Amino acid sequence: MKGGGLRAYAICYLLFLYAPIVLLPIFAFNSGTIIAFPLKGFTTQWFLQMFENASMRRALGNSLTIAVCSSIFATCLGVFAARASTRFEFPAKGPIMGLIMLPLVLPEIIVSISLLVVLLSLGVQLNILTVILGHTLICMPYATVILTTAFNSLDRSLEEAAYDLGETKWSAFRLVILPLVMPGIISSLLMSFTISLDEFIIAFFLAGNEPTLPTYIYSQLRFPKQIPMIMALGTVLVLMSIILLTIAEYFRRRGIAKTGAKDTGGFL
Amino acid sequence: MTTSSSTAAHRARTAAARPMIECRAIQKHYGDYHALRGIDLTIRAGEFFSLLGPSGCGKTTLLRTIAGFEDIQSGVILIDGQDMEGVPANSRPTNMVFQSYAIFPHLTVAENVGFGLRRDPRSKAEKAAAVEEALEMVGLKGYGKRASHALSGGQRQRVALARALILKPKVLLLDEPLSALDRKMREQMQVELIKLQRQVGITFVLVTHDQEEALVMSDRIAVMFDGQIAQLDGPEALYARPTSRRVANFIGVMNFLPAHVLGDTPNGVEVEVPGFGRVEIPSANVSHSDPGDAGPQVGFRPEAVSMVGAGQVAQGRITEGVIDEVVYYGDMTYYDVRLDGSASFDGKARPVRIAMRNVFGREVQDVGTRAKVSWSPGSLVLFR
Repeated sequence: MKGGGLRAYAICYLLFLYAPIVLLPIFAFNSGTIIAFPLKGFTTQWFLQMFENASMRRALGNSLTIAVCSSIFATCLGVFAARASTRFEFPAKGPIMGLIMLPLVLPEIIVSISLLVVLLSLGVQLNILTVILGHTLICMPYATVILTTAFNSLDRSLEEAAYDLGETKWSAFRLVILPLVMPGIISSLLMSFTISLDEFIIAFFLAGNEPTLPTYIYSQLRFPKQIPMIMALGTVLVLMSIILLTIAEYFRRRGIAKTGAKDTGGFL
Repeated sequence: MTTSSSTAAHRARTAAARPMIECRAIQKHYGDYHALRGIDLTIRAGEFFSLLGPSGCGKTTLLRTIAGFEDIQSGVILIDGQDMEGVPANSRPTNMVFQSYAIFPHLTVAENVGFGLRRDPRSKAEKAAAVEEALEMVGLKGYGKRASHALSGGQRQRVALARALILKPKVLLLDEPLSALDRKMREQMQVELIKLQRQVGITFVLVTHDQEEALVMSDRIAVMFDGQIAQLDGPEALYARPTSRRVANFIGVMNFLPAHVLGDTPNGVEVEVPGFGRVEIPSANVSHSDPGDAGPQVGFRPEAVSMVGAGQVAQGRITEGVIDEVVYYGDMTYYDVRLDGSASFDGKARPVRIAMRNVFGREVQDVGTRAKVSWSPGSLVLFR
């Protein structure tokens, strides 16, 4: 059959990508403590154990706080950057936008170590605030890209029309631009949230004694007894990521439909 | 009342009207680019005024300057006698219809039209009535609840008009408002815009690169080239008596023939034109040539002369020639005619284009047949 090789390749590729993830829920509901086939029986005890674990809950709380704060910060800064880059001309615009995008390609370990060195030499106490700072930094490029696309799709005369009709520059932004880029803002928030939630290296270096979910999971991997619980936690995280990305994509598409723009491709 | 008489009456009224917009010595630079080079312009109250010119001539810049979207380096803009310096766009008594219409896609038609009334102290019901009235005026009665992103081009244009007119501005600025519409829709909107302007009595300033559109709609037209106004006149005067070759070329088609100026006469200028012979051009038809033009020339519109069929009585003077080319357009036929003696000037044959309306009973002539061309000195324009 024509294209049979390509089909086999595609199937292998997808299996390699997603089969390990499918294993997560399977073992999360397996009553055996050893992560191996054959499966023993169905149980939800690992999920119960997970919710009863105080340090896990603390890690989850920390992670959520960090993810919410850094996604909000990154998105706010992203709005400024996107608006500046799409609406105004200023000296050294290219290099400035390039610097904003740089964390995308810089090795995270380098970013983490540099931040650690700077923060320690400034005498800053390491806690979740420092993680928020680091996560805002790495989420900024994603937020900027998403928001620049959103701002770029707007007709510049929309704002002028609102201004012409008697609004101030700020109210024109609030009444016309903000509602139209809202889908972009929501996708940016969700994207940044997802990135921050599973980020390990920065959290590992900058959190001090505070655990986040990824660092907590890493620390628990040393104890075989805990592994089924980690599987349960992983299942929950995967589920959450899928839900968030779906919501982000929904808002992105709704925004495109609303403004009648062309779909130029998204994350899903 | 026919359209032409109402147009004439309207022009007579506006000709005596007070100035609504006065531009004095306006200069505008974008970096090294000199966009407006000393614009002096008076637009009268109640007038349908057009800024016409090729792209990059500064017409949109001038419109945006009047609206307050662009700063000027020097000069004065008065709107209804008030100096607009330091007055931002949101406080000027002007509203604009944008080229893209700039309909707010997240709002309904009614919300779009009522957008400018947000700061209006009137009650909600009164505002809703005003919106409905504005929609009715542009022929969109009952469209208020529709989503604006689903409207057609013509409907968006109407919403943009209603949205601007609801604020009862002293001046409505229109930036190429018809360029996005197809031909049929454009012609329909031209008529509607004229009617609307007569109805509301607001001064309209239209920017367009389409000479036909400007001729159809305007009371007066300013033709712009390179940031300057080349000619400001009514449509008929602009078409019949362009004051420069550049304007003549931009508006419609004009034939040009080289001319020898023989001398001034009490009523005009006597010239020798190959193919036409000695002609006395009336002084009203004498213009100055643009720098860079090669010598004096006479020009005439393709329909300003006509071909005389066999047995027809000719009016005015007659010149004979041979038909070089025939282009049939259905309602019109264009003939390129090589006039006898037209090559006498420098040996170059210069066929002239003659437009004839295809009326019943008149046959389309063949290439190569001889033709009699009837003309009068009043239909020639001299660029000396």
